[in-house]
Amino acid sequence: MHRGAYALAILATGFMTDPASAYMAYVSNEKDNTMSVVDTATMQVVKTVNVGQRPRGITISHDGKHVYLCASDDDSIEVIDTATLEIVDTLPSGPDPELFVLSPDGKTLYVANEDDNLVTVIDIEGKKVLAEIPVGVEPEGMGISPDGKTMVNTSETTNMAHFIDTSSHEITDNVLVDARPRFVEFTPDGKQAWVSAEIGGTVSVIDNQTREVVQKITFEIAGLRAESIQPVGVRITADGKKAYVALGPANRVAVVNTETYEVEKYVLVGQRVWQLAFTPDQKTIISTNGVSNDITFIDVATDEPVQSVTVGALPWGVVVSPN
Amino acid sequence: MTSAVPGTLAAFLCFFSLTVNVPGALAQEATGEQPTATAKPEKKLTEIKIGYLRAYAPQLALSVLDVPPRDEGVAGGNVAIADNNTTGSFLGQKFSLDVTEVKPDADVVPAFQDMIAKGDRYVVADLSARQLLSIADLARDNGVLIFNAGATDDSLREEECRANIFHTIPTRSMLADGLAQYLIWKQWRRWVLIYGSHERDQLFAEALRRAATRFGGEIVGEKEFKDTGTARRTDSGVVQIQRQMPVFTQDLPEHDVLLVADESEVFGTYVPFRTWIPRPVAGTAGLTPSAWHPASEQWGGTQIQNRFAKANGRRMVSKDMAAWTAVRILGEAATRTQGADPRKMADFIRSDDFSIAAFKGQKLTLRKWNQQLRQPIFLGDGRSVVSTSPQEGFLHQVSELDTLGVDEPETKCVLK
Repeated sequence: MHRGAYALAILATGFMTDPASAYMAYVSNEKDNTMSVVDTATMQVVKTVNVGQRPRGITISHDGKHVYLCASDDDSIEVIDTATLEIVDTLPSGPDPELFVLSPDGKTLYVANEDDNLVTVIDIEGKKVLAEIPVGVEPEGMGISPDGKTMVNTSETTNMAHFIDTSSHEITDNVLVDARPRFVEFTPDGKQAWVSAEIGGTVSVIDNQTREVVQKITFEIAGLRAESIQPVGVRITADGKKAYVALGPANRVAVVNTETYEVEKYVLVGQRVWQLAFTPDQKTIISTNGVSNDITFIDVATDEPVQSVTVGALPWGVVVSPN
Repeated sequence: MTSAVPGTLAAFLCFFSLTVNVPGALAQEATGEQPTATAKPEKKLTEIKIGYLRAYAPQLALSVLDVPPRDEGVAGGNVAIADNNTTGSFLGQKFSLDVTEVKPDADVVPAFQDMIAKGDRYVVADLSARQLLSIADLARDNGVLIFNAGATDDSLREEECRANIFHTIPTRSMLADGLAQYLIWKQWRRWVLIYGSHERDQLFAEALRRAATRFGGEIVGEKEFKDTGTARRTDSGVVQIQRQMPVFTQDLPEHDVLLVADESEVFGTYVPFRTWIPRPVAGTAGLTPSAWHPASEQWGGTQIQNRFAKANGRRMVSKDMAAWTAVRILGEAATRTQGADPRKMADFIRSDDFSIAAFKGQKLTLRKWNQQLRQPIFLGDGRSVVSTSPQEGFLHQVSELDTLGVDEPETKCVLK
């Protein structure tokens, strides 16, 4: 009996040695309207859930009970119960929601409405729109400071990072960055916002005090033409020391030292890597590789790819359960 | 004019509602200053007027689906004006587009003089090469920058190139090279070429011949299709074509692909499915190279397609994209130089810092030697995108986009 349970446990955890790291990763598959649920310990898809049309942005409530998913072509945000994996609710999102960010208190969603040049502020509990903030053309990237006071949206054709005061819902600063800004990530201390520019091929580091670009990070990979290096997703470790930048059709994730801004490594993953998510224990970071229809598990300690797992068609975003 | 004018109005109205609703621009101005009790002065709007000069007359096409939209090009320009104004609302910049139309064979000098008199210093041009050249020196002498969004003539980027003309529409040689690379990638190397009897058909035929030499295709046979003024789209026309096209193509030598050069819309559409032997058709019919494809959804294309369709009630075509790009280049220059000084804007566009994102998967830059915008070429049929060039494996020491069209070492252009 005991031996059997032990064997099962080993089987279940695969070759990742820490059995505590059994989280669920939720992946939005843009092209086949599904969400893949992946056990991060076994690195296997445990369920594929049918969701709304063109699922892209994905996040999870702080208690891990609900996944929020942008169903872009349905003009709504779906709420999925993580226990039953059923869609239990929808939130009003404004047209074409692409990407969103959850406030640190877990009560508010800030949504980029790509077709309407708006950021929509949604009260999750009351299921109502609190504000619509006009921003630049094709809003996409959404980031929020750890104190919840500053939200940043990027607009892909205007090429700006719009700093928005979350109490007044007004833009306080517009910072020009390089072409097609896609993603915003604050450093854990809230002092910097990192903004990727897909076509510009750079990451701009913006000082949250002065609202000025203090550093522009560039990438270079031997044998690859510069145009194929297209930074999208950015994630920074909880200790603030390393940043991971997904480089799109370069098929690599760059590991950046946040102190020197030097790229320390390029990790080869699948094709057209866009978004990233850490497991809560920060031991693993997962990338979505749209064109190869898979996700890659990267070991954060060694920055080596561990395994790639096939999910649905054109995986876009990923989020990992907090517990 | 009926369809173009409301589009322009809509763009303006859209802009005004945005400026009113965005206090951010004002807030930004106040950064670093102590707010005072007195009302802040209104932020001064910088106006950037863009003229649009086009030659237009209703055109016939072999298929009613191919009749150019009344506002072809202009509609793209208006979408870009709205985009620029959304961005401009954060910077206190207001863009407008003023369209002037002339006939395709008309003297454009008087119309252009009127535009200069109105104060236009940036002009998007959709004119023939001849018309464009007739205003080039006048433009230069008056400090006017022209963005060619209509003429694909290589000569305008080569022996007739001008320092004050930028080109957002690709050349015939770029289009032909984009197509040729794909055929070579497919290993369909033996081609026959049927070309029309008008000047532009022959220019495209020449671009295809050049592409064959360049990439290792072989044109094993050629034939001219004379324009004898046949009735288009009539019942008897279709019956005759079904009988005549097989006979016309019967004596061509064995080939992999039949190339068509018929920009004049005299016979090209009638070639696919009517040839003597079953072979794919490419060129101005069948698989066609273009600056944009109405069905492209890659690289964020869905966004511009949705935006365009919503504003104009139709799909976006190549000339719309060329005009959108021209107006966006001016918007980008105004944003990056934080103003509307024509000299600063021109310097920025010519600088190493300049690039523009236009839903083609990579940044687009200018060929400094002739001011042609580098860009990938779409290959598609009437329904979908088949591929985009440059194709894998066509390498270049500067930019793979320079495998398309006339490259720097071969250019005849001396900018003046």
